[in-house]
Amino acid sequence: MWVYFKMMLLNLESQMQYKISFVMTVIGQFVTAFTGFIGIKFMFDYMDSVGEFEYYDVMLCFGIVTLAFSIGEALGGGMATFASVLGNGEFDRALVRPLNTVLQILAPRVDFTRAGLLIQAIGVLVYVIPKSNIIWEWKKIVTLVLMIGCGSVLFFSLFLFKATFSFFTIQNLDFMNIFTYGAKEYGKYPFGVYGKRILNFLTFIIPLALVQYYPLLYLIGKRNEDYYMFSPLLSLFFLMPCYLFFSFGVRKYKSTGS
Amino acid sequence: MIEVNHLVKEYHISKRQSGLKNAFKALFVHDDTVVRALNDVSFKIDDGEIVGYIGPNGAGKSTTIKTLCGILTPDSGSCLVNGYVPWKDRRAYVKDIGVVFGQRSQLWWDVPIIDSFDLIKDIYSIDTSEYKKNLDELSQLLNLCEIMKTPTRNLSLGQRMKCEIAASLLHNPRILFLDEPTIGLDAVSKLAVRDFIKRINKEKNTTVILTTHDMQDIEALTERVMLIGKGEILLDGSMNELKRKVSDKKKIIVKYKGNRPEICDWMSVDEEKENEITISFCPKTISASDCITYLLKQVEIVDLEVFDISADEMVAKLYEEYHI
Repeated sequence: MWVYFKMMLLNLESQMQYKISFVMTVIGQFVTAFTGFIGIKFMFDYMDSVGEFEYYDVMLCFGIVTLAFSIGEALGGGMATFASVLGNGEFDRALVRPLNTVLQILAPRVDFTRAGLLIQAIGVLVYVIPKSNIIWEWKKIVTLVLMIGCGSVLFFSLFLFKATFSFFTIQNLDFMNIFTYGAKEYGKYPFGVYGKRILNFLTFIIPLALVQYYPLLYLIGKRNEDYYMFSPLLSLFFLMPCYLFFSFGVRKYKSTGS
Repeated sequence: MIEVNHLVKEYHISKRQSGLKNAFKALFVHDDTVVRALNDVSFKIDDGEIVGYIGPNGAGKSTTIKTLCGILTPDSGSCLVNGYVPWKDRRAYVKDIGVVFGQRSQLWWDVPIIDSFDLIKDIYSIDTSEYKKNLDELSQLLNLCEIMKTPTRNLSLGQRMKCEIAASLLHNPRILFLDEPTIGLDAVSKLAVRDFIKRINKEKNTTVILTTHDMQDIEALTERVMLIGKGEILLDGSMNELKRKVSDKKKIIVKYKGNRPEICDWMSVDEEKENEITISFCPKTISASDCITYLLKQVEIVDLEVFDISADEMVAKLYEEYHI
């Protein structure tokens, strides 16, 4: 594993070579995300709740989703350039090395400029956690950690899934952004507020609600059954088809060439 | 040891007519044409050989190399390298090979060379003492000591290629694949790279497989040449054998004083200038020394030069002969 970590460090070193660009991107990330925060704040100036959720519930939801997204995107967002990796022969290069091909492509692409988003998300959580009415016993803390951890994995899976299309089309497919960048946007609000059908879709097809809606209900005390706490774990199954789809793409590439 | 038997690889290429209307049609109807990139390719390469692999663009060179490296899976046929099937035991197999793709760098663009090398040490889990030994040796032979701390983006093409080659040899591979190693290099760098490849081959008995369009590379480096065209191995032999195959003629350029010498039946005139004549002859019927003696009897010779046809000419003739 050390070698992949070293690749990440080398990449950080590379990104830092362009100091101003690096800092500006981090600040840019921060500012863009901040508009989301402000947006929620303004909305709640005019109303008291969205569906059954109050201001601090939504803020908590926003913080968690943004944090999970920033980690998932930092790790998997680089896959968006997968088409070019195929085109410029970098993938061939990865194939002639005695390492895992996926990690070899991923590790050098970890995007540290996502720190802007990450810092913001942590800031929101630090702001909202003491103010919410949640009593932070260990079960709630586990739920929070699972939401963030599994959420990151889920967003990562979605980026991986999206990248795999480039094996077949050599172009990235923008509609997949609905589930990555889009999910970050509409995931600010608990998915329950969008109606039954969308909730079902986000439970059974793209399991975003498993890391957001259901554990959130438990977290803010709207549901008290303990199994809500573990619903994020179920979303991990989503990584499997994504990875298989990706491996299938790799095999297909290996038999067709560039 | 590389053993390749009856390798076949086909590509499906979708073809369509030009124009927007046909582009729409192509969305629904696929009109695939099958191209055979490799058609029953077989050969054997022993340990410690240097083999030049030549052929025009699109002949199947890269497909062969990619298959040997384990990047591509062939449709049929077998291939055994160092006891491995490249595309099946990829991770175990690639530990023993080094690959230099002329246009595809393995160096990190923005960090010092030495950092890229250190990463390669971890990628191949090279022993620290062995790594140090190899690094010292390679940087001395290739003159890299001064540029070790320079980022790749600040290096010249020649320096970069030297670093690429060093990078692919750090883990002591038994086979080295070189794809166009001297492309775009100046004369000095070219010679340095060639010398180095020869040396590595001699000292470490590394098998080298070289694809290039630069025939001087081939002449300087390889004992054995394989010619591929339209997916088939057309010729496999030494450079001299190939030359003889294409043409059994030699040439003499003679600069002389006085009258133009008479030519006997076994010679023919290729080119004539003032006080200079280019004669070709067949060494089987008349030896070079007989030719020269014959001319010396008639005129005073100022300067003369005997040579075979050049490698470039030879390849051009070969391509022509095989219609590839």
